[in-house]
Amino acid sequence: MPDVRLPKKLLGPSGWCQGCGHGVVVRLIAEVLDELGIEQNTVAVTDVACCSNAMAFGAGMGIDSVMAAHGRDIAVANGVKGARPDSIVYCYFGDGAAYSIGSAELVHAALRGDNITVVILNNTVYGMTGGQMAPTSLPGEKTSSSPYGKDGDKYGVLNLVDLIGNLNATYIARGEIYDVATTAKAKSYIKKAFQNQIDGKGFSIVEVLAPCPTNLHMTPLQCKKFMHEEATKYFPTGEFVDK
Amino acid sequence: MAEKVLIKGNEALAEAALRAGARFYSGYPITPQTEILEYLAWRMPEVGGFFVQAESELCGINMVMGAAATGARAFTTSSGPGYSLKQEGISYLCANDLPAVIIDVMRIGSGLGDIFMGQGDYWQITRGGGHGDYHTIVLAPNSVQENVDMAVLAFDLAEKYCHPVIIASDAGIGQMMEPAELPDFVEHDINKFEWAVRGTKDGEMVRYCQNVYYNMWNDAYAEKFYGGCTDYPTYLTNKYNAMTEDEQRWESYQTEDAEVVLVAYGSSSRIAKETVDIARAEGFKLGLIRPITLWPFPKKAFDEAKAAKAFATVEVNILGQMQDDVKLAIDNRAKVGFVGDFFKVPDPEVIIEYAKGLLK
Repeated sequence: MPDVRLPKKLLGPSGWCQGCGHGVVVRLIAEVLDELGIEQNTVAVTDVACCSNAMAFGAGMGIDSVMAAHGRDIAVANGVKGARPDSIVYCYFGDGAAYSIGSAELVHAALRGDNITVVILNNTVYGMTGGQMAPTSLPGEKTSSSPYGKDGDKYGVLNLVDLIGNLNATYIARGEIYDVATTAKAKSYIKKAFQNQIDGKGFSIVEVLAPCPTNLHMTPLQCKKFMHEEATKYFPTGEFVDK
Repeated sequence: MAEKVLIKGNEALAEAALRAGARFYSGYPITPQTEILEYLAWRMPEVGGFFVQAESELCGINMVMGAAATGARAFTTSSGPGYSLKQEGISYLCANDLPAVIIDVMRIGSGLGDIFMGQGDYWQITRGGGHGDYHTIVLAPNSVQENVDMAVLAFDLAEKYCHPVIIASDAGIGQMMEPAELPDFVEHDINKFEWAVRGTKDGEMVRYCQNVYYNMWNDAYAEKFYGGCTDYPTYLTNKYNAMTEDEQRWESYQTEDAEVVLVAYGSSSRIAKETVDIARAEGFKLGLIRPITLWPFPKKAFDEAKAAKAFATVEVNILGQMQDDVKLAIDNRAKVGFVGDFFKVPDPEVIIEYAKGLLK
């Protein structure tokens, strides 16, 4: 029999759309908290967008959490960590929040080397508002605000490593949740990002490529394939900074 | 130990906040409040607290929100243009029922305005200012000693209501030096609030710091933290009504027989008080109401000034932002005017002439 026990602090089935990657990534985080034995000492900060479903009574992560204003997650997490340095604090939010409206917070946290853990779900669109173009949308990608396909020359594609790779982050990695192997790899990145915080090593960030079939107007399988085959051309996986 | 010192207004705010137990500060430079940031840059580490110069006011206020969510006494400071940026976070602090203190050392004008002493933020600090239904308690000191006293009071009120409190100082009070008595240090227990996030021990109820409205969807949570109230509009209305009823503060000076009552706070109230004395020496019965809370506006003070035929706000801004509140407070039973100046408090002679004009 497979071991189907839930991680200790995962309260139950998620409220996300079918095929969404959030449920998987949140579960990975919950497993990591258990494995590191920090599940009773961790505070989560989530954005107001789709990731906030992790703060749902009886359905999300059962740990003390703060919902930040859109894009201010890292600032809020820094506040939590600054006031309670003995707590483990992580941010969980999406690419729109992290790389667009919250880019200043991201850059400066990496510059200061703030000792927090950040997990970003990159699905190439704004999910909560209905699939608009994000800084991570691929050139030519049709979204509700780029109906003719994203103009790559005009908007470009923002890559986490380009943005903060040369600052003072301790750890930068990108994973995907395409299959068992890649999911296990992504989990190992997340685990290292938490371990770094425990060890006081500084800013650790993991981006996870994950499907948003609802807004990409694909079946879950098509969307997984799109993330694995197309998105990885712009967002290669692996560990990019590991100090 | 309590001690009497000669200290600059801005530094007095900073030191008093530390003595009130604040151990978290995130700020950003802007004139005329920068001394607070600079003071805390060396003083906060001395008392074992957390100091960070944020990359923007937006980040500054959101860091404060995170710290406030943990139960810490946290604060940030700014002035007009920077305070505008903090409005996002202040709206969230209100929605999430979080205590925090925000200090606005006011300057003049909209847009960039200018760095000189002014009272340009009355509207945005008393109306809420950000999105949604909220007010914050606003304390307006008019001396360095009051900067000290109100820094302490602000944290107490913030925790009493689980709500942000604004200290509306100004460049005049912030930049001047006066003697002030500093209070003793108090220890703040970061764990004194059950709602404060800290990590969920097994068997504990999860603490979600988000819009109170969402938390009320959960009956057990509502029972534990909101007195069983699951009706957000009622909860919110009751909260603001309680503040309005219980937290009005003011100073009345010679209002009982006054023909014209000046209404002024902060720096302009100092000149206004002097003006009352000068006018009375000349036989003109002036009085002064000094709102100490700008919100809730001290309506009760106006009930005591029944003899007045006219009221004049004395403000350092262009449009006389406080006039509306005076009109509401007196229910239009007397004339209301405004005498002000863009760069400074008008001279007493100008104020007296204006007040006399209101009686014609």
